Amino acid sequence: MADLGNTVVWTDEGKCPMEMTHSSKIPEILKTHEAELLSEWNQELVATNTRKGLIKEAELQVECREFLKLLRIAAQSGNLSNIQASEWREVREMLTSISRSRSHKGFTPTETATFIFSFKRPLFDRLRQLLHDPTEIGDEIWQATDLLDRLGLMAVEAYQKSREEVILRQQEEMMELSTPVVKLWDGILALPIIGTLDSARTQVVMESLLQKIVETGSEVAIIDITGVPTVDTLTAQHLLKTVTAARLMGADCIISGIRPQIAQTIVYLGIDLTDVTTKATLADAFLMALKRKGTTITRK
Amino acid sequence: MERIPILQMGEFLLVTIQVDMHDRLAMTLQDDLTNRISQTSANGVLIDISALDIVDSFIGRILGNIAKISQVMDAETVVVGMQPAVAITLVELGMSLTGIRTALNVEKGMALLQATVGSSANAQFTATEWDLEDDAED
Repeated sequence: MADLGNTVVWTDEGKCPMEMTHSSKIPEILKTHEAELLSEWNQELVATNTRKGLIKEAELQVECREFLKLLRIAAQSGNLSNIQASEWREVREMLTSISRSRSHKGFTPTETATFIFSFKRPLFDRLRQLLHDPTEIGDEIWQATDLLDRLGLMAVEAYQKSREEVILRQQEEMMELSTPVVKLWDGILALPIIGTLDSARTQVVMESLLQKIVETGSEVAIIDITGVPTVDTLTAQHLLKTVTAARLMGADCIISGIRPQIAQTIVYLGIDLTDVTTKATLADAFLMALKRKGTTITRK
Repeated sequence: MERIPILQMGEFLLVTIQVDMHDRLAMTLQDDLTNRISQTSANGVLIDISALDIVDSFIGRILGNIAKISQVMDAETVVVGMQPAVAITLVELGMSLTGIRTALNVEKGMALLQATVGSSANAQFTATEWDLEDDAED
């Protein structure tokens, strides 16, 4: 080791003091060798691209050119360690949109990240050719790796975020679709519940049922839980809340479709359903509702 | 001072809440209604809250109290036209207003009142008859 004055000390930002004193060569290289880097990167991408059906080569080239241009502009600022800074905004936006389109096209996260990581080889080759001092090469390669890793991770993050958005949207749609309120007869509504009843769904179910009761002026509402896989204390509480709210508005609720196992569970859990009318099947509940309205059905 | 009108329809009293209920108004309504029931010896009270959009726990409690007071004074009470949002709020507040009759609208509430008052009169009648028979047997 040399004397103490030359010892490399890492600061909080993870920056080496060396790069503060004399700036990196990377911005310079990006500027002067843009065309060569682009063509090499393109070759690299085409070689590793196993999903030719998903993206056209021309499209890939346009993306590369655009990205490299933005990268060059951002790198001119001299800031290579913090990609959250304002000068990297355009690069971030471009990368996010690329990741988003990759996720929609059906690329895997690895393939999305490879778009960034495949730029390493052309850049490192260039650094090796142009620089001669081994320490300098080491420093520059470290900086380049650091930068490209951050960009790659950001691409994966954006990819994952767009996937999560899809899941969230589907959840919302499912929630809307899964709670239809059906009018069975004049003054009789049915609400077949399919799937687990959680708090968010109960809210939607309750609101749509009560709204429909007002709209149609129905006196009887049948809640059919044939499609509810399990009933726990929370689910039962939600059901009771719905029944009570309907009663406050002046409508009667009948709960139907309680399967044998669920009936046993309800009793073992000690849930009190004495205030609620329950029927085994929707047909029974419907007959009872008709009777309550003073209507009878006869075979012709 | 602002008051909620109480209308008499035959043997029933009709209260229609058309304005936002505030605490003082609710208390006044409770007093007025109790007095009117004793004056008119009404058999039934119908409270229409279809125009009521917002309730808090106090108004919910007063509504429950009014209904119970009326029942103590031997007048059947029916609360009609509760909005979904109001119903959800009351349930979330833990006020299920048990023991209070409800109906979807004034028309159905009136029919319910008539049926209840009529049937309770009939029940009394049959009960008396039963008692008489019992007495006779004894």
